[in-house]
Amino acid sequence: MNVIEVKELSRNYGKLVAVDRVSFQVMQGEIFGFLGPNGAGKTTTINMLCTLLKPTGGEATICGFNVLTERKQVRRCIGLVFQDSALDEYLTAEQNLRFHAYAYNIPKETREERITEVLGLVNLSDRRRSRVRTFSGGMRRRLEIARGLLHRPRVLFLDEPTIGLDPQTRRTIWDFVLQLRRQQNLTIFLTTHYMDEAEYCDRISVIDSGHIIALDTPEKLKDSLGGDVVTLVAEDNNSAVQELRERFNLSPEIQDGHITFSIPQGEIFLPRLIKNFTSPLTSVGIHRPTLDDVFLKLTGRAIRDTEAGEKEQLKEMMQWRRGR
Amino acid sequence: MADVIRGTWVIAYRELLRFFSEHTRTFSSFFMPLIFLAIFGAGFQNLIPNLAPGIDFLKFVYPGIIAMTVLQSSIFSGISIVWDREFGFLKEILVAPLGRSGIVLGKVVGAAAVALMQGIIMLLLAPIIGVALTPMIVGELIGIIIVIAVSLSGLGVLIASRMRSQQGFQVVIQVVIFPLMFLSGVFFPVNNVPTWMAVIAKINPVTYGVDATRKIVLGEELSAASGIMGNTALGVTLFGHTMTIVEDAALVLFIGAILLTLAIWSFSRQE
Repeated sequence: MNVIEVKELSRNYGKLVAVDRVSFQVMQGEIFGFLGPNGAGKTTTINMLCTLLKPTGGEATICGFNVLTERKQVRRCIGLVFQDSALDEYLTAEQNLRFHAYAYNIPKETREERITEVLGLVNLSDRRRSRVRTFSGGMRRRLEIARGLLHRPRVLFLDEPTIGLDPQTRRTIWDFVLQLRRQQNLTIFLTTHYMDEAEYCDRISVIDSGHIIALDTPEKLKDSLGGDVVTLVAEDNNSAVQELRERFNLSPEIQDGHITFSIPQGEIFLPRLIKNFTSPLTSVGIHRPTLDDVFLKLTGRAIRDTEAGEKEQLKEMMQWRRGR
Repeated sequence: MADVIRGTWVIAYRELLRFFSEHTRTFSSFFMPLIFLAIFGAGFQNLIPNLAPGIDFLKFVYPGIIAMTVLQSSIFSGISIVWDREFGFLKEILVAPLGRSGIVLGKVVGAAAVALMQGIIMLLLAPIIGVALTPMIVGELIGIIIVIAVSLSGLGVLIASRMRSQQGFQVVIQVVIFPLMFLSGVFFPVNNVPTWMAVIAKINPVTYGVDATRKIVLGEELSAASGIMGNTALGVTLFGHTMTIVEDAALVLFIGAILLTLAIWSFSRQE
């Protein structure tokens, strides 16, 4: 059964189209990932699915409830972990959870029991009475996940769950998420711009500039590239590309001064290439395809480039604000 | 409906939890009115002659300061909405299955409860000022304090519903609070001022809150004084009619209801 059904969902901010007619379904017990650079429309989509933002077109249902007309029912069946912390730092972990329990009308008999249970789940039992102000970033995120689970939602939304965390903490958060899915058959919808994290998902939807440009399992997405990814640097990249086209019948691309192309069984192909190649080469590399390669193939640019662009923009904006 | 009621109490519960968990805020909010009273008492007491027989300046200003304490505390309470928006907690509130009107009402109830506590602390000073309080007076005072607090918290939430930064909110609040406070009859009777000032004072809802509070606290002495000086000297007249306590309260409540409706409307419209 589909827990999330999205049809032609759109959102405009004035003339800017943040999300443009996206459609997809998420099944019960699935980990579904939205992968894309910052500003691709991931958070806008999540906010629409969580009833925080009204769609300007299309429709979506969560657990069978319409996000526009049955907002209360939708809110009851979802748990949400926001990109930026949404905890009250001046209250203790327990007080934050209790507020949530009251707000979601969890009956008195099970309230304290559930609080104990979710705190145990994220290994924060010993910090129950500590103020959130004293928590590290990873602990806060874990507490937020605990809070998101307190009212036993059927779908858990995680908006960039590991952003700003160190690799070890990221790993811990992921262990929790995978464990949750195993134990509770919870449906998880998450967004990320980390390629390695997208690999944990059952299915990934690659989103760019408000459009879904691919939707499949990570394996199939990578297989769609047609084998291994070979990276070359030649003394003269242009003539090397020409040679690859003409003599090896390949379709290479130049990216950041590297030539890349995909080929099945690259480790067998590569020695043959080097033996017969006439243009002088300075370096040769080969790797199994990653989702980054998929993104590159689909959009013509790497996800990290898009990120860098964003950062530049942000910097300019900050300077502009300071100068005001 | 159940969602609105639950929203009201859960939000109010947190407001109070927050109020008591920030000790410095709790402490300083109780001291602010004390400082006002001490300064005005010591500074003006000997400078200003009795406003009426048996009513010296300190006695006159004391009920006004009670109302002012409630006013400040209520309007300022809106800052928690701005705070929550800045620090993200507002999202947790907005995505919960609570009605938006419940959230606004909860903020107002929480703010009124805090304002009431501060008002009651101010009552402890009555013996020092020389004002005799009876259980009847205290009961009436609690009533009028709740009326003022609920009405003006509505104003606080209305302003806060669209503000994005705490600094911005504080600036706006200062601009709003000062005229409300100083043109409300807290520090001088509004019937003995230039016409332009009297007009502004009579538009200001706080004036009626202050008037009601003063009539409750100084009840007998005030009526004794008006016997000698005429009805209108220390009271408020509106279109030639001297306001009674009940009329004052009704007027404040009426304006409060408008502010509250606007606050709910403004808060619900945001996405």
